[in-house]
Amino acid sequence: MSNDSNLHGKPEIVTGHEVHHDEHHVHHHKETFITKYVFSQDHKTIGKQFLITGIAWAIIGGLFSVLFRLQLGFPDQTFPILETFFGRYAKGGQIQPEFYYALITMHGTVLVFFVLTAGLSGTFANLLIPLQCGARDMASPFLNMLSYWFFFMASVVMVSSLFVSTGPASGGWTSYPPLSALGDANQGSKIGTDLWLIAMALFVVSSLLGGLNYISTILNMRTKGMSMTRLPLTIWALFFTAILGVLSFPVLLSGFILLLFDRNLGTSFYLSDIFVSQTGQALPNEGGSAILYQHLFWFLGHPEVYIIILPSMGIVSEVLAVNSRKPIFGYMAMVGSLFAITILAFLVWAHHMFVTGLNPFLGSIFVLLTLLIAVPSAIKVFNWLTTLWRGNIRFTPATLFSIGFVSLFISGGLTGVFLGNSTIDIHLHDTKFIVAHFHIVMGVASFFGMFAGVYHWFPKMFGRYLNSTLGFIHFWVTMAGAYLIFWPMHYEGLAGVPRRYLDLSGWHNFNKFGELNKMITVVSIIVFAVQLMFIFNFFYSIFKGRKVRHQNPWGANTLEWTTPIRPGHGNWTGEIPEVHRWAYDYGKDGREFIPQTEPIGKGEGHH
Amino acid sequence: MLSRIKLGEFKNTPPIDGDGSQRQRIHPHKFTLWVAIGSIIMMFAGLTSAYIVKSNQAGWQNVAMPKIFWYSTGTILLSSLVMQMALRSFKQREMNQYRLQIAGTFLLGVTFVVLQWLGFQQLWNSGVQFKGSSGGGQFLYVIAGLHAVHVLGGVIALMVMLIKAFLGRTKLYSSVPVELMATYWHFVDLLWIYLLVFFLWI
Repeated sequence: MSNDSNLHGKPEIVTGHEVHHDEHHVHHHKETFITKYVFSQDHKTIGKQFLITGIAWAIIGGLFSVLFRLQLGFPDQTFPILETFFGRYAKGGQIQPEFYYALITMHGTVLVFFVLTAGLSGTFANLLIPLQCGARDMASPFLNMLSYWFFFMASVVMVSSLFVSTGPASGGWTSYPPLSALGDANQGSKIGTDLWLIAMALFVVSSLLGGLNYISTILNMRTKGMSMTRLPLTIWALFFTAILGVLSFPVLLSGFILLLFDRNLGTSFYLSDIFVSQTGQALPNEGGSAILYQHLFWFLGHPEVYIIILPSMGIVSEVLAVNSRKPIFGYMAMVGSLFAITILAFLVWAHHMFVTGLNPFLGSIFVLLTLLIAVPSAIKVFNWLTTLWRGNIRFTPATLFSIGFVSLFISGGLTGVFLGNSTIDIHLHDTKFIVAHFHIVMGVASFFGMFAGVYHWFPKMFGRYLNSTLGFIHFWVTMAGAYLIFWPMHYEGLAGVPRRYLDLSGWHNFNKFGELNKMITVVSIIVFAVQLMFIFNFFYSIFKGRKVRHQNPWGANTLEWTTPIRPGHGNWTGEIPEVHRWAYDYGKDGREFIPQTEPIGKGEGHH
Repeated sequence: MLSRIKLGEFKNTPPIDGDGSQRQRIHPHKFTLWVAIGSIIMMFAGLTSAYIVKSNQAGWQNVAMPKIFWYSTGTILLSSLVMQMALRSFKQREMNQYRLQIAGTFLLGVTFVVLQWLGFQQLWNSGVQFKGSSGGGQFLYVIAGLHAVHVLGGVIALMVMLIKAFLGRTKLYSSVPVELMATYWHFVDLLWIYLLVFFLWI
């Protein structure tokens, strides 16, 4: 674009290095393919790298779920094609038990960490924080680049674990010891789990480097006039997400380090009094506590679900306000409830451990704190609905996905009330009910937020639009599919169907769910196919999509739409614009929208 | 006025107020370091609370802290002092003294790591090993070991600064990198004091 027009302005404050450039500065800054697309320090490119790597992981993780759904839906049928692709893992066209456990483990790990953490907050924090705060880049573009490449290394190690001869980690995505610690008890707990732990350690480093940068950029690099209370809610959400990550991931890392010691050096942090029947040996470990691992794991594990959902909440708030052409309802309540969720996120982890023999008195405190989360969550839902209420809604794919998010968040949140009560949880623990609950409230809902974000900011990322028709098909099939897949699982769970089991046909009680399970499997295949259609739309539109002609295609107030249609590194060609108002002046004084950069007019009220 | 900057070559600085003066905000890199320190604190908080939980359970064995850790404590305290002197020398542009003091910090840092290693060996030879039943010893190796890894990271950074101090012909006398180094160094020092007190009394 015409970014070269005012290159000769003299900076007000310059270091020696810059003076040097200003004096002779006819030459162009050289950007090779490597520095522009591979080892880029531009936050926008890093965001796209996270997104595209996340998409690759989503295909892998989604495919895994289709494979194990085949087993769950059609336990007595054979699929010879599986043997062609997976060899001894699908002997005779049937998914073997070890393979099944590897699939569910990797499905969870990949989607929770690699897609919905790195792919979601990695993408949107990188893309939006500098653009919406009004900064040329992150506080440390170099650390930011490292953050992506640590994620990439984690991905390489995790992918390589899929190909080792004993198979990848298969002790569940939580990797509870002793199962995950004993290679003799479980094929996947051999080298596969070591690779899993190394990949996760690299992943933690990546998250920390990213999170440090996000926090420091938001607090220190905002443009003139951009007070914290003028920030769009996307930034607030990403800010709290980063705080959660920075404070909880290190604890997970320490838990993993202890697990590595137990696995490889014979320590007894988690292991105690174990007899392995496969080898007929008693292990020398004494005095370890497997529950200790669960505490360390869930101290991250619970904040992790908010790390996943908060960015989506931020995206949805922004997209709903822009597309209902109304200010977000209750801005400060939105910020306050994000804050409350962040605090509570650290105080509820033991609700994952009600059946570990936890002291019931302690359990009741965790029940209380868990149920308290309903308050900020309800505030947020109320505010989204009131933002939509009597709005002049434009039904773009991004809007639909945002409304879908609110729907899923309500449905999934309500079942959380059941699970948060320790007495009911004793019955529902480790059943399909919990699978249904967290997939709806955290998994699919966050995906909806992510889709809303991709549809909404695709024009900013690539200067083209995604195809809307495919977008509408994508939305309706995914929305209907999500409920068709997960709604019936609630009934199965209430009836006591356990999760993680390979084959339920041994229980007469559960035979009545046979047809239901077939239906779920068929729907999940259809939904998976529609996601592939979305990915086709994504890559096709990068190159052939309708071009963006207008700088501000959605008529939005935030700063990212004041940059050129295809912004270069540094985002704004001239000065960084100054901000005069909050991000939500929609439908004010008879005007459809008033950008943040417009000074407050005479007689105009505050905000 | 905000600065006009060539795309792709901009200096990534915090925004500047109308009169051209920098807002009284903390430097972004310093802030990043403080957040990182918070993150490291959480890691050790996790480990030490795991220690407390475990120490109340059956089969726990206490171990006596190796005597040599007292010497390493003295070393790291001294190194913190020298680092602070290096920072002052740098700010007063006494570069020769600065080079000497940063070299001193570096050497003391290396000594600390070596002393810790000797302490581990002492403990190991006294029969506290990885294999077998759980106890304070295994935690001590992991917790003090991770602390030593963090010191080692600082030692590597000091080495880079040392090389720059002797070879660099830089005319930019920004004290930010030295201040960052000093903050981190004092932090690992304080962290060690915390761990020492923890091992002694808990």
